[in-house]
Amino acid sequence: MEILKVSNACKYYGSRSNLTKAIDNISFDVLKGEFVAIMGASGSGKTTLLNCISTIDKVTSGHILINGTDVTELRGEKLNKFRREDLGFIFQDFNLLDTLTGYENIALALTILGKKPKEIDEKIKEAAKTLNIGKILNKYPYQMSGGEKQRVAAARAMIAKPKLILADEPTGALDSKSSRMLLEKLGELNKELMATILMVTHDAFAASYASRVIFIKDGKVFNELIRGSDSRKEFFDRIIDVVTLLGGDMNDAL
Amino acid sequence: MMLFKLSIKNIKKSFKDYAIYFLTLVLGVAIFYVFNAIDSQEAMLQLNETEKDIIRLMNEFLGGVSILVAIILGFLIIYASMFLIKRRKKEFGIYLTLGMGKRQVSKILLMETFIIGLISLIVGLGLGIIASQFMSIVVAKLFEADMSRFEFVFSFASLMKTVIYYGIIYLTLMIFNVFAITRYKLIDLLTAFKKGEKVKIRSLSLSVIIFLISIIILGYAYYLATNRLDSLDLFGFAIILGIIGTFLFFFGISGFILKLVQSNKKIYLKGLNIFNLRQINSQVNTAVFSMSIICLLLFFTITIFSSAWSINVSLKNDLVYGTPVDVLIASYAEDVKDVKSDILDEVGYSVDNFSGYVEGNTYGFEGVTVGVLLKPILEDALKDYPNLLVDNYLPVMKISDYNRFASFYGRDTYTLDDDEFILIADYAQMLEIYNKALEKGVIFKIGDKEYHNKYDEYKEGLLSMSGSKSNAGIIVVPDNIDTSSYATLRSYLAGNYKGDKEKAEEKFIKYRDDLSSLGAVSDTKLDIYSASTGLRAIMIFIGLYLGIIFLISSACILALKELSDSSDNKEKYGMLKRIGVSDKSLDRALFVQEGIFFMFPLLVAIIHSVFGIMCANIILESMSVKANMESILITALFIILIYGGYFLVTYITSKRIINER
Repeated sequence: MEILKVSNACKYYGSRSNLTKAIDNISFDVLKGEFVAIMGASGSGKTTLLNCISTIDKVTSGHILINGTDVTELRGEKLNKFRREDLGFIFQDFNLLDTLTGYENIALALTILGKKPKEIDEKIKEAAKTLNIGKILNKYPYQMSGGEKQRVAAARAMIAKPKLILADEPTGALDSKSSRMLLEKLGELNKELMATILMVTHDAFAASYASRVIFIKDGKVFNELIRGSDSRKEFFDRIIDVVTLLGGDMNDAL
Repeated sequence: MMLFKLSIKNIKKSFKDYAIYFLTLVLGVAIFYVFNAIDSQEAMLQLNETEKDIIRLMNEFLGGVSILVAIILGFLIIYASMFLIKRRKKEFGIYLTLGMGKRQVSKILLMETFIIGLISLIVGLGLGIIASQFMSIVVAKLFEADMSRFEFVFSFASLMKTVIYYGIIYLTLMIFNVFAITRYKLIDLLTAFKKGEKVKIRSLSLSVIIFLISIIILGYAYYLATNRLDSLDLFGFAIILGIIGTFLFFFGISGFILKLVQSNKKIYLKGLNIFNLRQINSQVNTAVFSMSIICLLLFFTITIFSSAWSINVSLKNDLVYGTPVDVLIASYAEDVKDVKSDILDEVGYSVDNFSGYVEGNTYGFEGVTVGVLLKPILEDALKDYPNLLVDNYLPVMKISDYNRFASFYGRDTYTLDDDEFILIADYAQMLEIYNKALEKGVIFKIGDKEYHNKYDEYKEGLLSMSGSKSNAGIIVVPDNIDTSSYATLRSYLAGNYKGDKEKAEEKFIKYRDDLSSLGAVSDTKLDIYSASTGLRAIMIFIGLYLGIIFLISSACILALKELSDSSDNKEKYGMLKRIGVSDKSLDRALFVQEGIFFMFPLLVAIIHSVFGIMCANIILESMSVKANMESILITALFIILIYGGYFLVTYITSKRIINER
């Protein structure tokens, strides 16, 4: 069953005489329980695409369906409700509230849904175990390392069991060790909890943790790779091949 | 020229954000002008010479207070502008990377300061001139004068004074600004926006302990201020404790509340409560010092203003009570028994000038002194009032004389048996011990006859006229007393003018010198009224002046803090919006946070004031001033108007900052 269906999505900027096509007629599906990475160089349109899917931005034309709901037609409180209940976000710069503890940052995603205190407490403890952040729950963001912050953010994103978790360059601000740990955790969330994850990245290493990679260049889908039964290393090599094919502008992918 | 353009652009760009700063500058200028232009009100009102003198005196008084006000406003303006510079560090950093020198950046800042200063001065003066037209209504009411005609009032002196004082303030500000810029390093300027204010997180249990200590200290200070007023040292101690307690209170309160709410998971884990609590906690923790100062300023405002108003109302009531007739003449000369025949006829002032008059004498006897009156409780009384003049004679008046005066004054008359007396008094400080003594029974001996008190309490009344209740006691005795042994004799004549009071007064005043050369003193109603009105007016105007300035200062500091926080918080609200919190909930969260932030110091100040006003009442009571609801209502109205206004502008501005993309 497809959780996300993007069909003929376009996003144009500028005027008729000076048109920039950030997204140019993109279509693809994400099935339930998939871990999909979208790769592309800076300026390829991948972040615009993610913004449109996450309803922060609006497409110029085309449709985006999440779990059967056309998000391009949602407005006002329905849109807010949809974001609260069906989407989870992980951002490059963590976006944790610096005045709240780890526990409170995660709890916020549930309190705004009006969940009961007991349920909130249980769910946070459970998520903390999965993401190995039990010890830092009572710390403030400024007392945590980057990796810890991102895992707290991941916990916040998945705690309400959203239909789709959207991750925007989640390893962008992490060192390699923390990146690896976070990606492994995302992989676990995907496999063990059947969480559907859509990750935008320009890092081939990060992409190699996904089950499928969609390459975007100049606002169009350029290629698609499916991991299948490959090991992560083999998948990584295949991704690098495509990146080489994509040309010089993706040199930073390594 | 380029620098000038840049300055203008900057001002335009940041104008909306710094509406509060501009508002404060304009209000400051306007208020400064209005209170220094009081003397220009003369033109619009029908005032007599004494009243004009009083207005001039008041103007001098307010001029003195203006120096204090200018210093306060100067500090406020420098504080606010330092605050704004901090927020623009990155912009200045970009100028520097573009190759501008620090000198040029300083020039831009100077230019901006100058332009903003000039605009606010002009707008403020305009507003001040308009407001000063309305001020006439207030002045007219205070002096109970008629607004003879509407006349446009303008005070050039006040205008010049405002310009000069503000010139000095802005000049100081410019020096500060230049200094601030040259101090910064480029790298700090460029990365300033990333650092923001350091998150101050305190141990919650420490906050709770500090909070509890502060409550104990404040409680003790309240106790000292209301129950131990006998000692000036303790009173000072109470004030110091109050200040320390206030600081500790703001240090601990938010942590305490957080801890309290955390223990109730149902409230804690509901909606945006976590966010609200943590935000308030961090806002209060980063502003402990300014919140305490603001709280104390608000406390002074409330106490000063409501006391000033109480004094005003009391003085007004006392005035009506204390001046029942137009003129009272008292002779202190020993051989005068009759004011009319011995004095008025002598100087040639005819009693035909009066529509009615009464005469009477008081006697001093060796056996009728303060000491004898207080004999039953003398030891206690001396403990409380060590300076009591026990040997002073209490004036003794025959009942028929007293009743004549009393009915002329429109007061109760009395009857007496042969061996009785009545104590007539109204001087608040003494009344309580008088009653205590009378309860025990007092006996006076005049000649060889004894007199005991008819009532076991004093009766309110007066003989001499005065702007405040100051009759320390008259002993009213039966007519048949033996007057042969008197030690002193005073004669009184009270009269009401015939026809036009002002003209009659003018005529009477001409005889005043002659009267006093014969040992007679005269008080007139108009005299006492003018003097009292002057005192009242000075009280009210100083209370208003300082009160408004204090209010504006505190509201402005809070508003600036909130606005700078909301630009920092933009990201946080953006994040919450992304995870699906509705705009409405976010607006409400902002309202709650800022509302509580504004309410905190005000609430504490109100609690302080309850005790402060209680304390002030005890002090004022000795001046026979009673607190009243009116004063408290008027104070509340002022605070809601100014403080609430600042809150609203802050809320609207920060809502705009947070919602802009």
